[in-house]
Parts: sequence; C-alpha cells; structure tokens
Amino acid sequence: MALEAVIGLEVHAQLKTNTKIFCSCPTAFAASENEQVCPVCLGMPGVLPVLNKKAVEFGIRTGLALNSKIAETCRFDRKNYFYADLPKGYQISQYEKPICLGGYIEVNGRKVQIHRAHLEEDAGKLVHAGAAGLHCSDYSKVDFNRSSMPLLEIVSEPDLTSPEEARLYLTELRNILRYIEVCDGNLEEGSFRCDANVSLRPVGQKELGTKTEIKNMNSFRAVQRAIQSEIERQTALIEKGERIVQETRLWNEAEGKTHPMRSKEEAHDYRYFPEPDLMPLTISRQWVEEVRKSLPELPAQRRQRYQSDLGLSSEDAAVLTETKELSDFFESSLALEAPAKAVANWLIGPATAYLKESKKEFCQTALTPQNMADLCQAVSSGKVSSTIAKQLLLDLMAEGGDVAKLIESKGLAQVSDEGPIKAILQEVLDKSPSQLADYASGKVKLRQYFFGEAMKALKGKANPQVINKLLDEMLPPVAAG
Amino acid sequence: MISIKDVQHVAKLARLSLTEDESRQYAEQLSRIIDYFDELKSVDTEGVEPMSHPIAAVNVLREDEVCPSLPREVLMANAPLRDGNFFRVPKIGE
Repeated sequence: MALEAVIGLEVHAQLKTNTKIFCSCPTAFAASENEQVCPVCLGMPGVLPVLNKKAVEFGIRTGLALNSKIAETCRFDRKNYFYADLPKGYQISQYEKPICLGGYIEVNGRKVQIHRAHLEEDAGKLVHAGAAGLHCSDYSKVDFNRSSMPLLEIVSEPDLTSPEEARLYLTELRNILRYIEVCDGNLEEGSFRCDANVSLRPVGQKELGTKTEIKNMNSFRAVQRAIQSEIERQTALIEKGERIVQETRLWNEAEGKTHPMRSKEEAHDYRYFPEPDLMPLTISRQWVEEVRKSLPELPAQRRQRYQSDLGLSSEDAAVLTETKELSDFFESSLALEAPAKAVANWLIGPATAYLKESKKEFCQTALTPQNMADLCQAVSSGKVSSTIAKQLLLDLMAEGGDVAKLIESKGLAQVSDEGPIKAILQEVLDKSPSQLADYASGKVKLRQYFFGEAMKALKGKANPQVINKLLDEMLPPVAAG
Repeated sequence: MISIKDVQHVAKLARLSLTEDESRQYAEQLSRIIDYFDELKSVDTEGVEPMSHPIAAVNVLREDEVCPSLPREVLMANAPLRDGNFFRVPKIGE
C-alpha cells in the first residue's frame, strides 16, 4: 500500500513590538531574570490587560502579506491550564475569532494554504535547577521576562507533502516576516518556533490519518529531519499493521529521533471562553488599507520583477531574494548603477560560496553596495581581470576597504600592455620545447598550458584577451591531420 | 444534567479537591444552572449577534510605549520561595 505524508505546520512568530502584548513592559533583551515584569504579566490579582495597538497592526500586516482575510471583528479568549510558567493559570489567545483567516504562501510555484493566524501571549521560561537537567532537578525556577511577549501563531492547512516542502515553506514564511519587519525570525533564540503535525494516508484517500505533533525543533534542518524521521516511524508501524497513537513527540537532535512526550493529563481540555478583561476588536477597512499601503515589496514580487525587468533566471531571482539582507544589498548596488547581471553573478557565485565556507550571514561581511558597484566598474573597464576581481571580492567581504585603493596598494591592476606580456610568453615558450613540439604536431589543447603558465607568471593580472592575441601570433602553426 | 463525574473532572482541571458530598451538591446546583440556560434557550434570538462582553465598547488599545515597571524586589516580595532572581516552584518534569 503506497502511503503519502500529510504535514501541517504551526509557527509561533514573536512580534517585534517595543512592549509586551498586554502591558507596557519592554520586550528588549533583558540583562537579568524577572527584570522586565510588572503586576500584569506576573498575573497578580486585580490587574487588567490592555492590548498593544502595534501588535494588532503587525497581525494585520502579516495577514496581508500572507494573502489572508483580515477579520472585521475578532476577540480574545482564555485558554485554561496550569503550568508553572503561566502565572495567571490561563493564556490569553484567540480561539473562535482569530485576526487572520485563510491565505497562502507560494512555495516552488505552488500555493500552500494557510488556515489562520491569531494573536496570543507567550509564557514565562522555566529553568531546571541542578546540572543534569529536567529529570534530576529538585525544583524549577521561573523567569517571567518572556511572559506576555506578543506572538502571532500562524497555522498552515495540512497541505504540505514532504519534509523538503515543509522546510521551503518555513524558509519563505520567515523571509516574508523579515521583509515586512514584524519578526526577527531567529530559531535559535526562539523568536520563530515551529511545531509540525504529521500523518500518513494511503495515496488517493481523502480522509486524514491519525496525526502526531512534533515539537522541539531548533533549525530548519531539524524540522526537515524530524518530519522525515516521523514519516519513517509511522510507515514502519502501519506496515506492521499497528495503529498510530495521537500524541505529542519531542525531537531529539543528537539521536536524530522523536520520543513521545509524557502526556500531561487531560492537557487538551482547555475550556476556552471569551476573555472578559479585553474588549472585542473591530478592524476597520480603512485601517487595513493604511497598513496595506505601508507594505514593502514582498519576496515573491521581487522574484517576479527580477525576472521580468532585469532578465534574471528564476533560479537566480530565488537565490537573491532568499534573505532580505542580500536582496536589499542587490537593490542598493543597482541604485549605484552596477549592472544587474554582473552583481547577481558575483553574489550568487563567489559571495555565496564565501558565506557557506566562513559560516557567516551576509550582514556579517564588510562588503558595501559601493564596493560592488566599483568592482563591476573595474572589471568592465578592464582595470582588473575577473580572476583578480574575485579575490578582491573575498577580501572586501572579509576585511572591507575601497576598491580603487586596494587595486592600487596591492598592485592588482590588470596588465594590458603587450610588451611585458610578450616577454613572459617568450620565456614560457623557450622553457617548454617539448610541449611546443607536441602542440605543433596537433595537440592544440596545450594552448591552455601556455596560457596558464603565462598567467601564473603574471600573477593573474594579465589581460586574458591580450594573452590570447599574442598566443595567436607566437605559437607555431599546427601540422595538418 | 451535570453528573458527579463531570464535577470531579472540572474540579481536577481547576486543581480543586472536593469531598463526595461536595461533588454531589455541586452536581445538583450546576444542573439547576444548566437547566436555567435551557429555559433561556426558548427565547427567539434569530438575527441577534452573539455577545462576548456586557459593555458595548470596542478597540481599547494602548500605544506601543515602554513604561517603567516596579522594581524586582517589590514584585517578588510576596513570593513564597525564590532562588536569586528567579521564582522558585516545585519540580516540573512529569
């Protein structure tokens, strides 16, 4: 029986507001524990939450970017459960009437459907005393700095079909949230957290199989691996004729496996009811239109424009828009009149390879758009060879500097004078009599050898066109046949 | 009709410990309340929007501006247990 995977993702995105969602405590990084707390986010009796307007605006902004319908009225509900990181004994969330309904994200040309997005508050952070972690500690400690941080939970439809597609969906979602500047999208620091729902069903069956929920994935790679591992686990069970148990499982990165989470008793009986401390929210269409006008160009729109206006391939457009930093850098370089195709090639080729090798983000390099424009200019005017330019680019990324000054101080200017090149070529030919003889007898590929030797002697600075022209003149005729 | 089992389930979720007598008593009282809702249900509410709040106000919002909070020592003054800057709670693990 052929099985297919059905995957849905829930993302908790922490919104980049200055203050928490229901009180005026700062959201900025805190120097110490329980420093950015107040009676409201500590859940003291008698306090009242007041909704942060910016959090609502960011909700609308995200909804628009995700092609969702923005609710005309929505409201908040209490999700009731007891846990030590939840001071009130309930989380204020949106259950029945979320702020964003429906929507989609384009992934590899396919529209992955979004179910909804809703605003809610985060819980505090539990720290387990004792070095050996959770199961060996005598007691737990709570830091409420994170309590009531604004979150937008974005829930996809069970519309993803493979671990790879799930990763691409997350990459694009994070990218969009960063473009519209509502979320940092940092998985390690927890400002972008993802849980996955995974089930299997026979190919062609419409009804969904029993799902499990996977938590504790701290990178896109981990999400992809965890889903893959869960698909394999469920496949093995089904093939043995066993049933899938609906449960929450934790991903263990070191072991590369998921384990069932000890079930919190009756954990799913949350007894939601409308939050009486908060008034309902009505979102005027005027407000929605104002937010829409403030939206920047989204990654999908940029990709489209790079292809139609700049003539880039869809692959190149995709790489350039993968992060906002890279795409903005590309835009800034074009604004300085650097040619699009050349900048794209530099960024996609050597620059990306450098980032991969040095394990850096683009924003951590010293390269400026002005550098990029100057570099392109230096190559197109023949001032430096493309080989030298590549080295120069890597130096600029690592150390920064000024293109003209670097060419000057490092003596990198391209040599186009025939005199010195001719002298070097003559030396090369003189010390390679056997190669020369082979060449004359028909091994024409040896032309590359002479070219390479000369370029090496000239430290890569010679103008390749001049070398080729001189080789035409200086190499002996090739014997026919 | 609210059963004793329903009462015990809700009590457990609310971390309330009830005696058998209390459970029976609440089951009766809650049943009467639920019955009253059945009576309310007979009112024709066709075309009436459900209400989630008794006051007709909407959009009570605040600007995204940081306000100073109380010092940690004041906020933690009544905590039964603490460990440095942390609130201390029973071991969480199961």
